[in-house]
Amino acid sequence: MTLEVLQIVWFILYAILLIGYAILDGFDLGIGALSLFAKDENERAIHMNAIAPVWDGNEVWLLTAGGALFAAFPPVYAAVFSGFYIAFYLLLAALIFRGVSFAFRNQLDSPRWRRSWDWAFGIGSLLPPILYGVAVGNILRGVPIDAAGEHAGTFMALLNPYAIGVGLLVLAIFLTHGSLFLAIKTEGELHDRAKKMSGRFWMAWTALWIIMTIATFFVAPERFGIANPLFWVFLVGSLGGLAATIILIGMDHPIKAFVASAVTIASQVSIAFVGLFPTLVPSTLGREYDLTAFAHSSSQKTLTVMLVIVLIGMPVVLAYTIWVFRVFRGKVKATGDGY
Amino acid sequence: MDLVFLARLQFAVTVGFHFLFPPISIGLAWILVFVEAVGWRTGSETWQSIGKLFSKLLALTFAVGVASGIVMEFQFGTNWASYSRFVGDIFGAPLAAEAIFAFFLESTFLGVYLLGRNRVSKEVHWFSILVVAIGTTLSAFWILVANSWQQTPAGFEVINGRAVLTSFTEAVFNSSMWPRFFHQMTAAMITGAFFMAAAAAWLLLKNKGKEVALLALKVSLVTGFIFAIISIFPTGHWHASQVARDQPAKFAVIEGLYETQTKAPLAVFGIPTVDKETEKPRLAAEIRIPGMASWLATGDVNAEIKGTDAFPASDLPPFGLPFFSFHLMVALGVAFLGLTALGLLFWKLNLLERARWFLVLMVIAGPLPLIANQLGWITAEVGRQPWTVYNYLRTADSVSITVGGGELIFSLVMLSSIYALLLFVYLFVLGRILSKGPEVPQTAEVVS
Ligand code: HDD
Ligand code: HEM
Ligand code: HEM
Repeated sequence: MTLEVLQIVWFILYAILLIGYAILDGFDLGIGALSLFAKDENERAIHMNAIAPVWDGNEVWLLTAGGALFAAFPPVYAAVFSGFYIAFYLLLAALIFRGVSFAFRNQLDSPRWRRSWDWAFGIGSLLPPILYGVAVGNILRGVPIDAAGEHAGTFMALLNPYAIGVGLLVLAIFLTHGSLFLAIKTEGELHDRAKKMSGRFWMAWTALWIIMTIATFFVAPERFGIANPLFWVFLVGSLGGLAATIILIGMDHPIKAFVASAVTIASQVSIAFVGLFPTLVPSTLGREYDLTAFAHSSSQKTLTVMLVIVLIGMPVVLAYTIWVFRVFRGKVKATGDGY
Repeated sequence: MDLVFLARLQFAVTVGFHFLFPPISIGLAWILVFVEAVGWRTGSETWQSIGKLFSKLLALTFAVGVASGIVMEFQFGTNWASYSRFVGDIFGAPLAAEAIFAFFLESTFLGVYLLGRNRVSKEVHWFSILVVAIGTTLSAFWILVANSWQQTPAGFEVINGRAVLTSFTEAVFNSSMWPRFFHQMTAAMITGAFFMAAAAAWLLLKNKGKEVALLALKVSLVTGFIFAIISIFPTGHWHASQVARDQPAKFAVIEGLYETQTKAPLAVFGIPTVDKETEKPRLAAEIRIPGMASWLATGDVNAEIKGTDAFPASDLPPFGLPFFSFHLMVALGVAFLGLTALGLLFWKLNLLERARWFLVLMVIAGPLPLIANQLGWITAEVGRQPWTVYNYLRTADSVSITVGGGELIFSLVMLSSIYALLLFVYLFVLGRILSKGPEVPQTAEVVS
């Protein structure tokens, strides 16, 4: 493969890794955030048990995306992570607390102890979707990347209204997606409530998506790839997915609705990537400073090696991930290990 | 304050903390593969209850290891952006490979092992702990590939101020990779064994689940003994001679050799100082064995070994820290061998339960391999200074230019406080799990 083809392939693979992450960790972060609304300790235990066997595997998609960005587009990895420094450390703090809460929560028979780790779990899950959204919002809008390829902005500048809007959108998406998964894994009252909430969060998702799409038109019109047929494919996917999700919720098919919301997530992330292509991080200081897949990738050899690694590795990962979801299918309980 | 210093301090704190947990997980996972196999094949409840108890401790250790590992994955970008730009073409691939080939495996199958006991067959349950152990080992493999490459870079050329890959296999199988991998794996096995031994000895002292604890102690003593030997010979020796070959300046520092000489002596003990009159470095209170360093490095007592005087001062690491760390690590390695040998002797003489002072000693010795691990890494990493990529990129040129002192202090303080809390909770919960003790088998042998 020529270097140019590889760069395009890696741009697409990068999008796929992020989509995989958004769909998988999306539902468990969503459930974590939902646990903040749970009625009692028992319900919170069910929230946690619903994702206990799979959350870490889901999170590895993020690590893979991070490693792949480092390997395929090192200057982008360097600029974004050092540029969004404070935001990243807040994210890491959230992910740390959330991660250990699974192991710590049930070790002591004390309501206060459990309550503390429930908070860690809830807040630790609520924060990441917002921070992801803020990061995505800023990238869509463009950030001040200078001639050296360094981020020249500040943390406060990242907190602009547009980016915060995208942050709320991502939160709404994960909450919808998470409440659907919760509905699949639970029965009785909690199941009914999760179902009802999924409808409400769906409304927030749809409303925010429309608002942010319009906002994007004003803030970053060049992100609309209308000349690209793929844009229209994913637009249809987004709209159709949203419609299918709410219809299937109404018809009481949580599993199918969950699949529909996954398709919607994939389509909406894809729209963003279509609008960005071939840029990974647009610069507000001049288009010549954009960090792009063509100008800021690794060498042909590295991209080839990485492609081989991914093509061997990811199908196997997908196979056993599906197997594990099957092993742990069915409803969860609050007691014991939940299974 | 100096930004490079702060960034280095943060890296040392985060990686040092992360590295308290993986060696335990790796060692414990492999020991559990063995314990669960015996428990499953013989149906012995004693063995099964060892498996149950230590799988809880594995879960706990693993969780903190995972939480602290996430920081490591992103830290190259946040704090070492210039480094990341320089090495990205080579360094990123093993990191990504670690996620794809190792992290997915270990995290997914740990879920099955811990929560799936009643959902999968016995075969699949055992298979999942096996896959977890393999996953942790692959994890060690890939991250050590990355680390070894910066110690002994290979398979690349520098074009436009960036390292560009010319051969993936040469980069992966660089000259320090195998010695480091095997030495680290033996170190992890010792760590797991001493962790288990300490837990078992403590249970015996407290008179909890005696039969189970005694068996666990025996398993861990055997494991510890075998790998204590291997850590010294061949892996430790192999690693040292590789350092002598590839990083002579580091070797000179960790051996306290300040002048180039034939029949170079081995410093068994010494304190690096500077001579007041000549202003040259020397070892105070030294105990040396003539010719031993030459022999260890090359197999020839008469070989010439370069001293620190053979290198420009700007290319030398600090003299003190690597020297002390290295010697203390080696001393601990010898102590592990002695302790486990003593334990096996007591077992033979049927004294294990009665020699309470020995049990106390084993409890105290529990964390020592962790210290040895940290010391080994300090030897390797501080000894690599002033380079991040040996002979190609200096540490001072590796940091993120855009990250200021305020940001660094924020992340350093935040992470240090979180880690202090996690360590405290980890130890507290560890104590709680142990004080509940193992499930005591009702009868000696029940076939389930
Ligand atoms: C339980 C842990 C443990 C024990 C008992 C030992 N080591 Fe070790 N050592 C490590 C844990 C370790 C380590 C954590 O695995 C290191 C750090 C970096 C590395 O590659 O391995 C290491 C590094 C390391 C290095 C530095 C390599 C470098 O600079 O790149 C040398 C020369 C040795 N070891 C040699 C020895 C010898 C001769 C030992 C026995 C007498 C010994 N080690 C016992
Ligand atoms: C600076 C280098 C390192 C980085 C970037 C790193 C990264 C990570 C990450 C991201 C995780 C979490 C994986 C998950 O979510 O499941 C992790 C866990 C782990 N890492 Fe590290 N790591 C580093 C050093 C090491 C070293 C040197 C070893 C072994 C020799 C190691 C072995 C492990 C193992 C076995 C785990 C599983 C959890 C545990 O056992 O505690 N890591 N690491
Ligand atoms: C896990 C055990 C490890 C420990 C305890 C350790 C320890 C340290 C310490 C103490 C420093 C600061 C040295 C100094 O500047 O004086 C350092 C620096 C560093 N280490 Fe390691 N290290 C470990 C593993 C790794 C691994 C696996 C990698 C790479 C994958 C790595 C890459 C680096 C880098 C990039 C720096 C920063 C630059 C530098 O100061 O050299 N280290 N490490």
